[in-house]
Amino acid sequence: MNLRIENLCFAYRQEVPVLADVSLTIRSGRVTGLLGPNGSGKSTLLRCLNGSLRAQSGGIWLDDRPLAALDRREIARHIAVAAQDTPAALPFTALELVLLGRYPHGTRWQPDSPEDLRLARECLARLDLTALADRPCDQLSGGERQRVIVARTLAQQTPVLLWDEPGSHLDLRHQLDLYRLARNLAAEGRTVVMVCHDLLLAPMFVDDCVLLHRARIRVVGRPSAVLTHGNLRDVFGCGMEIEWPDQTSVNARWH
Amino acid sequence: MISRVTSKTRQSSGSLSLHRRARQVTLLLAGCLLAALGLALATGSVPIPVHEIARRLAGWMGGHPVGDAIDRILFAARLPRVLLGMLAGSSLALAGLAAQTLFRNPLASPSIIGVSNGAALGAVGGLLLAASVGIHGTAAAITASVATGLAVTAVVFALGRRGSYFGHGLLLAGIAVGALCSSLTTAMLYLAGERLQAIVFWLMGGLWQANWQHVLILALASLAGLACMVVWSRDLNVFLLGERTARDLGLDVPKLQRRLLALIAVLASVTVSLTGVIGFIGLIVPHLVRLLVGADHRRLVVPVALGGALLLVLADTCARTLAAPAEIPVGIFTAVVGAPVFLWLLQTRRTQAAP
Repeated sequence: MNLRIENLCFAYRQEVPVLADVSLTIRSGRVTGLLGPNGSGKSTLLRCLNGSLRAQSGGIWLDDRPLAALDRREIARHIAVAAQDTPAALPFTALELVLLGRYPHGTRWQPDSPEDLRLARECLARLDLTALADRPCDQLSGGERQRVIVARTLAQQTPVLLWDEPGSHLDLRHQLDLYRLARNLAAEGRTVVMVCHDLLLAPMFVDDCVLLHRARIRVVGRPSAVLTHGNLRDVFGCGMEIEWPDQTSVNARWH
Repeated sequence: MISRVTSKTRQSSGSLSLHRRARQVTLLLAGCLLAALGLALATGSVPIPVHEIARRLAGWMGGHPVGDAIDRILFAARLPRVLLGMLAGSSLALAGLAAQTLFRNPLASPSIIGVSNGAALGAVGGLLLAASVGIHGTAAAITASVATGLAVTAVVFALGRRGSYFGHGLLLAGIAVGALCSSLTTAMLYLAGERLQAIVFWLMGGLWQANWQHVLILALASLAGLACMVVWSRDLNVFLLGERTARDLGLDVPKLQRRLLALIAVLASVTVSLTGVIGFIGLIVPHLVRLLVGADHRRLVVPVALGGALLLVLADTCARTLAAPAEIPVGIFTAVVGAPVFLWLLQTRRTQAAP
């Protein structure tokens, strides 16, 4: 499912635009990375993409259906979000939390079906969480909890996945596993959007990079075309030699 | 016994064992409630043996007219009182569960949004007003109580949702309005004169004014409340994840908030109008049951209703028998029975305490 964004403008307060005239097409079967400095509008764009923030102008289309015409439940059946700021002291076990991903599909009050349970365990396994299935979430580490939340988005079985800094608390191995998972999901034909802060590891797994700067899209393209010396200097204010011998390796040197 | 069973099954498969434990706890509570009902009907100034109660109940339900003095004690006094206690206990416990979920705060209870104090103020005001114009006091008190309980909730809701964050604004507005209502009620004590006794009923809470009409009113309210909570149980689970995540998962958050608020207001004010303010049940019972069966509302709602009923039936039996013929305020016993059990459970299982 493609996401098409046209002339999107958003501001929390009128005089300070967070997104100014953003247009972008996010294609299915690809991993898209949203990059940019703090406060450049990445998370806001992500929240607009599932309609939880209403833009002041412009529109978002899910294939050819305008997002504004869908109700919350219908959106949740198409778009799953792993937010950055999920409360820590949740009273559920990891398995129960992942099962809540079935909410937009399920009936209202019945017990979880055997298929839902099987699916939830499968999602836990895909994030290396099988051993922690019955652990209460408030006893998990930050990184473990982050993986549980990603597993919950998998249980939603949506064509579109939006992950806000999914790797920020993960150790190196689980970061790599997560990015590989994103690639596999894209290979299944899904649309994966990740906000990334890490500019060296994550982009190696990304097909399209979107670099946001001061509420606007500065450049869209392959990582090697976006993460250049000039863009990093202008957007992040960092002097860094960077070169891409091929699409999946990068040499960088700080001055 | 329960704790031994669960500690063994817990390691193997948490979710399944929680289901099994929830069923065990529900059955156990239902059994205890039946036993408590029997005990409550049997004890009193005139003890009636249980087999005698069963025989008379069967006859009464078969359409036999109420006959001798024992029949009158059983069907005009004890049975409505015991049933009112059962219904009030489950209504308060359900309202407490709804409040704890609505505010995602383990300390929340109906009194925190001001509804209990508002309903008590209405009852007292209605009683005094009725006395001065010379109409029937109790009916006026009940009507005024429900009306002010709902009105206070509406005011608190209107004030509270202007705040930046729904939960905090509502909580603070509720505490402020609740404090205002309770001081107004206290002020009325000075105006009460010889009606002081009747006013104290609503402040202390008690079941001695029970009659069949009250039972019918509260039965309708609490059954409706129970049905709503069962139907909404999955929504409530998702709501616990926080407003933003709940929205992302497709829940209509403002709608559920309005519904929960209305449910708490109706359950709490109808109950307070009939029994006065009985504390502690709304706070403690949801915690107790959550410690036993976990946080999933699909497993939580029914045992919470049963637990509230059990606690109040037992507490009221103590209240009316231990110092007979005098009556001890029932609120003392809800705390005396509930608090030690609660503290013990809190010590043995602290992991699932917070909603």
